[in-house]
Amino acid sequence: MRVLAAMSGGVDSAVAAARAVEAGYDVTGVHLALARNPQTYRTGARGCCTLEDSRDARRAADVIGIPFYVWDMAERFHADVVDDFVAEYAAGRTPNPCLRCNEKIKFAAVLDRAVALGFDAVVTGHHARLGPDGLLRRSVDLAKDQSYVLAVLTREQLDRSIFPLGDATKAQVRDEAARRGLAVADKPDSHDICFIADGDTRGFLAERLGEAPGDVVDALTGAVVGSHRGAYQYTVGQRRGLHLDRPAPDGRPRYVLSITPTTNTVTVGPAEALEVSQVRATRPVWTGGSRPTAPIECEVQLRAHGDVVPAAVTLEADTLRAELRRPVRGVAAGQAIVAYRPDPAGDVVLGSATITG
Amino acid sequence: MAYLDHAATTPMLDEALAAYVATAREVGNASSLHAAGRRARRRVEESRERIAAALGARPSEVVFTGGGTESDNLAVKGIFWARRDVVPGRSRVVSSAVEHHAVLDAVDWLAAHEGAEVGWLPVDGAGRLDPDRLRDELAAHGDRVALVTAMWANNEVGTVQPVAELAAVAAEHRVPFHTDAIQAVGQVPVDFAASGVSALTVTGHKLGGPTGVGALLLARDVPATPLLHGGGQERDVRSGTLDTAGIVAFAVAVEAAVKGQQEYAARVAALRDDLVRRVREAVPEVIFNGDPSDRLPGNAHFSFPGCEGDALLLLLDAQNIACSTGSACSAGVAQPSHVLIAMGADHDRARSSLRFTLGHTSTAAEVDALIAALPTAVERARRAAALRGPR
Repeated sequence: MRVLAAMSGGVDSAVAAARAVEAGYDVTGVHLALARNPQTYRTGARGCCTLEDSRDARRAADVIGIPFYVWDMAERFHADVVDDFVAEYAAGRTPNPCLRCNEKIKFAAVLDRAVALGFDAVVTGHHARLGPDGLLRRSVDLAKDQSYVLAVLTREQLDRSIFPLGDATKAQVRDEAARRGLAVADKPDSHDICFIADGDTRGFLAERLGEAPGDVVDALTGAVVGSHRGAYQYTVGQRRGLHLDRPAPDGRPRYVLSITPTTNTVTVGPAEALEVSQVRATRPVWTGGSRPTAPIECEVQLRAHGDVVPAAVTLEADTLRAELRRPVRGVAAGQAIVAYRPDPAGDVVLGSATITG
Repeated sequence: MAYLDHAATTPMLDEALAAYVATAREVGNASSLHAAGRRARRRVEESRERIAAALGARPSEVVFTGGGTESDNLAVKGIFWARRDVVPGRSRVVSSAVEHHAVLDAVDWLAAHEGAEVGWLPVDGAGRLDPDRLRDELAAHGDRVALVTAMWANNEVGTVQPVAELAAVAAEHRVPFHTDAIQAVGQVPVDFAASGVSALTVTGHKLGGPTGVGALLLARDVPATPLLHGGGQERDVRSGTLDTAGIVAFAVAVEAAVKGQQEYAARVAALRDDLVRRVREAVPEVIFNGDPSDRLPGNAHFSFPGCEGDALLLLLDAQNIACSTGSACSAGVAQPSHVLIAMGADHDRARSSLRFTLGHTSTAAEVDALIAALPTAVERARRAAALRGPR
């Protein structure tokens, strides 16, 4: 079986590629060039898609002994991930670009190209388990688990995906990399958003969306309590950086409750007003068995690394509804809701959808 | 393996490798005054004479460098600086749109950092320069032109330029003419003096010599400001301890390549013509790029409509067939060829192109291997490229 290993230049994808070779696959390594100009994104060693990352990926491929190429995915990445990121914020939502990149780039544009070129599957270094039963499960390393950002993948995408690292902790992956002589063994993890070089998301958005001053309104009184320079600078649940002109009448801290792009208004209120017991989401994907026809009891996660809460999930044609068994604060539109079935062999991803409210 | 990328680099000739190894065993800095130094110097000077004789130059016109890129930079920047120093307003550079990046980027650098203005000469659909366009350019700006630089033969599409005619036009205006002849030497007849050029770039590893050694043939009356300062080993135009072993092997390779040029060209062109004919049979809609007759004997360059060159390269590489898409950026991403764009190709055609170049080790079996693998590769690459449409 011929497989394509996506190699970011980090330790995870390097070990994943090496494991794929050992598992008997005919592996070809590919580094995805995602920046229009590779020098412009991130200059440190922490991100993805720098010249250094491309070199690290190439050196890992040399050591593993597989062919290596760089694929130019910059155009697609910009259209499907970066522009989408900006548009989502402009629409008052909070996107997850890693999830979008998996959905549109790694397991779509790259996978489709690979299949057309005669490959059978794509191998990545994501921390998640995908066994012969076809079910996607959390990694054994819960701190590094990436099943949340993979839960958008469809059955067809999962059937052509290989995640060799799901049964290893990050520490084990690093040890294994060192044992295999991979120089990236102690390379720092990537954090933040790879296409925002300095980590300044607000500055990045402000550059692209411009200043758009508007009112900050208190949900309880309807009074204007401050002003903002762009509603896209806020996320539901945010407390810091509100710069309110006057304290709330009840004297308690205020949080962002909602963002309304049509009126360019940021609505704030007390913490308990953030509490949500019902979540609606769109574009559902269901891969953990047949689509349920009745509400099912499971657990849901509402943002990356967020808490897990019990819920009853109902799946309709293009909507997913969840009744949370206990209220959750700071549920942001644009994030994914991922439903899991608790399982001693690794919680199973049942499905996911994009939160609308 | 079918190695169809001789224009990138070609295997060293056995005699060049033997000369390299023998010389590398000897100690001696060619600048030292003692016996070991004199012996090294003698090897260098003998090599200089052999190269000069092979290429129609005088020994004093041979400036050894670290390779083609350095020679091109020395010619473009060095002659520009020296000529502008004499006449401050003389800051125009005339070049062609199809130059190798070693010239193109040096010219762009002069424009960005030294206030140079640039007159870009266009090419026709076959990649050929028109001497009349140079004539117009020099009639309009001749007194302000520091140098003209135009390649002898194109590294991508293989088109051979009318260099002697171009050089004659430059000479009419007393403007120095540099030519990058890296792809030409050993492939077509190259004679420095007879061509009328003032400076000529040649490098070792494209003709059976080692990588990292080359020369700029530079007429004695053409001033050039050095890029590298130091010991002034080469006419004070180039500093750096001379690579004696590399230079000796380079000279052996130049001599062999020039001596065997006619026979080589006939043999390789026949093989190339066979390759072209069979590629056209296998993929009828293929576009053959470059000049059909004024062309390097080993070069075959195609656009495969509906394919991306990098996908074809990957698929052929998996079948142990080595070819080239042209240049890649520093991260390794294949770039659409500026040469094809200059020839009027659209972006898709430029991205769909692939270069096969034959050389002194090429065999009919290598062509057979390509023809066997190509149809499947084209079919798969086409499927992959079809995914690029809007979603």
